[in-house]
Amino acid sequence: MDLSNSGSSNEGRTAASAGAPEPSRAAGPVIYRQSLWTRLTHWLWAISLFFLLLSGLQIFNAHPVLYFGDQSGFGFDNAVLAIGAENTETGAVGHTTVFGHRFDTSGLLGLSWEDGQAVARGFPSWATIPSYHDLATGRVVHFFFAWMLSATLLLWLLGSLVNGHLGRDLAPRLSDLRNLPRDVADHVRLRFHHTRQYNTLQKFAYGGVLFALFPLMIATGLAMSPTMNAALPWLPEVFGGRQTARTIHFLAMLLLVGFFVIHMLMILAAGPINELRSIVTGWYRTDPPTHAGMQPEVRSRS
Amino acid sequence: MSIFRINRRKFLAASSVAASGLMLSGCDVFDGLAADGGVRDVLESANDLTYRVQRLLAGRDSLAQEFSEADIRQPQRPNGVTAPDDSIYKDLLSRDFADWRLQVAGLVEKPLSLSRDELQKMPSRTQITRHDCVEGWSCIAKWTGVPLALVLDEAKVKPQARFVVFHCLDTIERGLSGDVKYYGSIDLIDARHPQTILAYGLNGKPLPVENGAPLRVRVERQLGYKMPKYINRIELVDSFAAMGFGKGGYWEDRGYDWFGGM
Repeated sequence: MDLSNSGSSNEGRTAASAGAPEPSRAAGPVIYRQSLWTRLTHWLWAISLFFLLLSGLQIFNAHPVLYFGDQSGFGFDNAVLAIGAENTETGAVGHTTVFGHRFDTSGLLGLSWEDGQAVARGFPSWATIPSYHDLATGRVVHFFFAWMLSATLLLWLLGSLVNGHLGRDLAPRLSDLRNLPRDVADHVRLRFHHTRQYNTLQKFAYGGVLFALFPLMIATGLAMSPTMNAALPWLPEVFGGRQTARTIHFLAMLLLVGFFVIHMLMILAAGPINELRSIVTGWYRTDPPTHAGMQPEVRSRS
Repeated sequence: MSIFRINRRKFLAASSVAASGLMLSGCDVFDGLAADGGVRDVLESANDLTYRVQRLLAGRDSLAQEFSEADIRQPQRPNGVTAPDDSIYKDLLSRDFADWRLQVAGLVEKPLSLSRDELQKMPSRTQITRHDCVEGWSCIAKWTGVPLALVLDEAKVKPQARFVVFHCLDTIERGLSGDVKYYGSIDLIDARHPQTILAYGLNGKPLPVENGAPLRVRVERQLGYKMPKYINRIELVDSFAAMGFGKGGYWEDRGYDWFGGM
């Protein structure tokens, strides 16, 4: 593509900013970076994950305890994490116990406020769908979006193999590994290069979510199903039992939330308008070609 | 230095946006998903897909995982109604269920009325399995009972029958429109599954009251709510229309999926 293809306004902006004093703020060429396929699946995942998280916390609230092994210890202790509430002399307290270490989490976990009332529940009402206790609806929402996430992941995988997104943009190369220390240093300094390619940490992060966390979520989710347990007896076993699978499902959720937070911070730090435009319209403004070694690989809109 | 300051500002902005995003999710705008309607129907269609795929993958006779004696580490965790307050039930209990009968009725050639002794004289099956509750917890226990398939064979199920309905003695809900006793159903595939038993024994002892005495069903490839306790009548039907709100069970009528496979 040439700049003339992306509209005269872009050309004008590029020309106007050519003499900008600050090189990293200058506008480079606008390129078509994200295919329709990538953008569509990205937003379907975003919607799915939003509903999966909030309905998942609703389901978790039905029994806000996580265990190791096949079963839940009622007559013995194999709890990893337990959220609860109790009445004390000084009033109701919400508490969270992690590996035997107990924390007062009143207001957030175990005990939270709804319309000025203290309510005993695992995660607070603002973190669950529906906002009140309704396991049945939580399950309906969760399984609907679990299907949507799984189907989208499969379609994306096929599409990305075909259109080359996987091999071209996501597969780490030797040069990515060599560049890793520099890329980490750049991220720490919040210094971002705007190019056609993902940087090393982006490849790791996106690849980790799509090829590790999403499959792990689906597999541990299925490992909790008694019918799947009969169909694939090895499934809960590979995770160390149904309850361990449930615990891993929860931990993977925390990692996905962590990814989301960092993803948002990176977008804001790297230039939210440009980043958002590329995942909505596909068009992305790269650094000017004068930036050493960062020649954007320009592709036509066809 | 100026770049650093800009970035730090961006970072603060980023943090506040992230925080407000969390707060936004907190409103109750999605509570409408609990109500019956078009959106709920679309969401629930995923349950049909889950049912079909799980039936396809698990087949008719794949077995639920069985465990060893060493895995029985605690009493079976009771849930739902654990001490029925119904006078009929308390009456039966006071005489140790001597005059309790299991009725088998509906679409059968030969309706049955079986005493506990008669059930216990039939061939039995003992299995150590993991009970998975819809709430998320699991508990391993040893269950002994008569395969439901044998009872159905004796009653000679009519060809038009599609579901087995369990009617129970325990009142689970006292409402303005009357008391509701627990009820549930499974299809004939699950009813004839080799591990589906009418259990009268738990961990080598008679089934205790909190776990469903004198009789409960075990449907080992399903969640706990598919295994009614305190059963006194089994009915073969071809539809759920005449039962509750027509979804096939007490919890199903309150928004839970009928299959209960995950």
